Amino acid sequence: MTRPMTDRLASLGRGGINTVGSLGRSGVFLWRALAGIPRPRVGFPLLVAQIYSVGVLSLAIVVVSGLFIGMVLGLQGYTILSDYGSEQAIGQMVALTLVRELGPVVTALLFAGRAGSSLTAEIGLMKATEQLSSMEMMGVDPLRRVIAPRFWAGFISLPVLAVIFSVVGIWGGMLVGVQWLGVFEGAFWSNMQSAVDFGDDVLNGVIKSLVFGVVCSWIAVFQGYDCVPTSAGISSATTKTVVYSSLAVLGLDFVLTAVMFGGF
Amino acid sequence: MTQRTSEITVGLFMVAGFAALLMLALQVSGLSLKPTSDTYTVYADFNDAGSLSPRGKVAMAGVSVGRIRDISLNQKTFQARVAIEIESKYDGIPADSSAVIRTSGLLGDQYIDISVGADEASLADGDSFFETQSAMNLERLITNFASGR
Amino acid sequence: MENDPFMASSDYITLKNIVFTRGQRRIFNDVSVTVPKGKITAIMGPSGTGKTTLLRLIGGQLKPDRGTVTVAGHNVPELSRKALYRLRERMGMLFQSGALFTGITVFENVAFPLRVHTRLPEEMIRDVVLMKLEAVGLRGARDLMPAELSGGMTRRVALARSIAMDPELIMYDEPFAGQDPIAMGVLVKLIRELNETMGLTSVLVSHDVPESLSICHHACIISDGKIVGQGTPDELRNHPSDKVQQFLNGHPDGPVPFHYPAPDALVDWELPAALTAEEDLGP
Repeated sequence: MTRPMTDRLASLGRGGINTVGSLGRSGVFLWRALAGIPRPRVGFPLLVAQIYSVGVLSLAIVVVSGLFIGMVLGLQGYTILSDYGSEQAIGQMVALTLVRELGPVVTALLFAGRAGSSLTAEIGLMKATEQLSSMEMMGVDPLRRVIAPRFWAGFISLPVLAVIFSVVGIWGGMLVGVQWLGVFEGAFWSNMQSAVDFGDDVLNGVIKSLVFGVVCSWIAVFQGYDCVPTSAGISSATTKTVVYSSLAVLGLDFVLTAVMFGGF
Repeated sequence: MTQRTSEITVGLFMVAGFAALLMLALQVSGLSLKPTSDTYTVYADFNDAGSLSPRGKVAMAGVSVGRIRDISLNQKTFQARVAIEIESKYDGIPADSSAVIRTSGLLGDQYIDISVGADEASLADGDSFFETQSAMNLERLITNFASGR
Repeated sequence: MENDPFMASSDYITLKNIVFTRGQRRIFNDVSVTVPKGKITAIMGPSGTGKTTLLRLIGGQLKPDRGTVTVAGHNVPELSRKALYRLRERMGMLFQSGALFTGITVFENVAFPLRVHTRLPEEMIRDVVLMKLEAVGLRGARDLMPAELSGGMTRRVALARSIAMDPELIMYDEPFAGQDPIAMGVLVKLIRELNETMGLTSVLVSHDVPESLSICHHACIISDGKIVGQGTPDELRNHPSDKVQQFLNGHPDGPVPFHYPAPDALVDWELPAALTAEEDLGP
């Protein structure tokens, strides 16, 4: 075997070991952050503050995106469905698309970009400026104090944002379909109501966004905590958060869709 | 941003989330808060169930009166046996009514339409329709037409 | 070591035969240090000799490859997570950067350990925080944000925060680095006063020789992963070792070479090629 060949094999092996190692570390990290119930007196205000910065501050981008996506769906759906003379089905199309897919997925992508990256940067900077270290030396576990509230805040906020996204999107679709293009409003709602099932569609969408909430928050806080504490390290960790979260969300979405709607 | 205001905003945020979920439940999926147990089941045997599916619509004069619960094959007659849940408030459907499979629009879903009969007695839980009319099979129709029968 | 006067039962911290490696680099090779209770011990040495690492070993943030770290009778590397955090409540550490929490005011920074570890009523917390800030002369700065402080003030606030819980031990990581002479003077005064008034055991890591020697009772000089000299400031000034003298007097070259170890210069510059290039440069 030639030298470059063994080198390549070795680098493949090193990559594999690093990947498995960081997966393991992130698992231990999450376990240590979440193990043990925090004292409510201390934990609750921290959680509220994080839901504010992770959830409430992401509301604007989620609402605006939801509105536009719903309007685009209404417009596109109308042009296609009117070819078959069934533009009443526009409500059904908009609602199903949003509730099952676009609500959870687009919200998770926006969340990764808006909140995940800022979580990573914040935690990374706290690490770089020794704030996490100094917390440890004060006898305060940064995993409990810094990481856990941020993780839970992401986990709680994402489903809430996704549901709001879907509702705003459906309203946007109605705006275009009913107010602008003149689809009969009664048909719009009744078609939607007969097509959308609460358990199969709405709740499955919420389950999806719960899963995405875990994944996005986990990636964001871990990348921040595990980053190289330099400016280059923080910037690469922030990029990784967005890239990994997006890929994980899209990949998991396929798996979840196959399980939920694929008839397996 | 004081602690108090951020707490209030977060509270509003959570309330908005619940309101949105409630809206999805009631307005979008048409879930009614009434218990769904007040239905009775009747059966219809079709020679061809077409593309009927569970949860499909069951209508009478265009008004939705129930849902399809289950579709199975009757092993003796080799007909499709469709279990239909009809809301209890529609309890006066004549016993000799017939079940017809219709299509909504040209390409729409198939649903069961109950065309009303004249009997004084009403359908009760566990009864079957006397008369059924199977799905119109477009392909078969065209074949029949082309062969001149 | 047998004749070391500080190996007494009054030792607060004992590091014994510490070996510590990071990556390929051996940072400590069989280092033993003792810190007597209620005294200021200075750990000195050139940059990059792992002085901060030593503090992290004491605080249990790092574990040695070999050797024992005993703090107040506890074997630190063996402690459970919970016990370690409880022990750390009795320690204070002043980080080189100050490490203040950037999102909250000076007051809240100092109040932070009190709020987490105690259930004191708000008025008590207020009194304690103002007392600690008064001790470092920054009671008037309580409503400022950390970003509004100068470097010296940041370090004083961090000092107030590390003494908020009245610890038994305080560790200073390069407290004088990058400070102007006045700020340095203030910090020297504070460290000495804290040690005298509160009876703190202090560990001071620094490469600022005159300041450190002026306040410490006992000093160790670390170089190349080993202790090259230790004793009282006067003993060190008359220490026979070249390494100690080079460090104390700041000679640029000596046992610690000016050049970082490098391959032969001829190889790095590819000298024959460089010579031809020089010819090309000619007119």
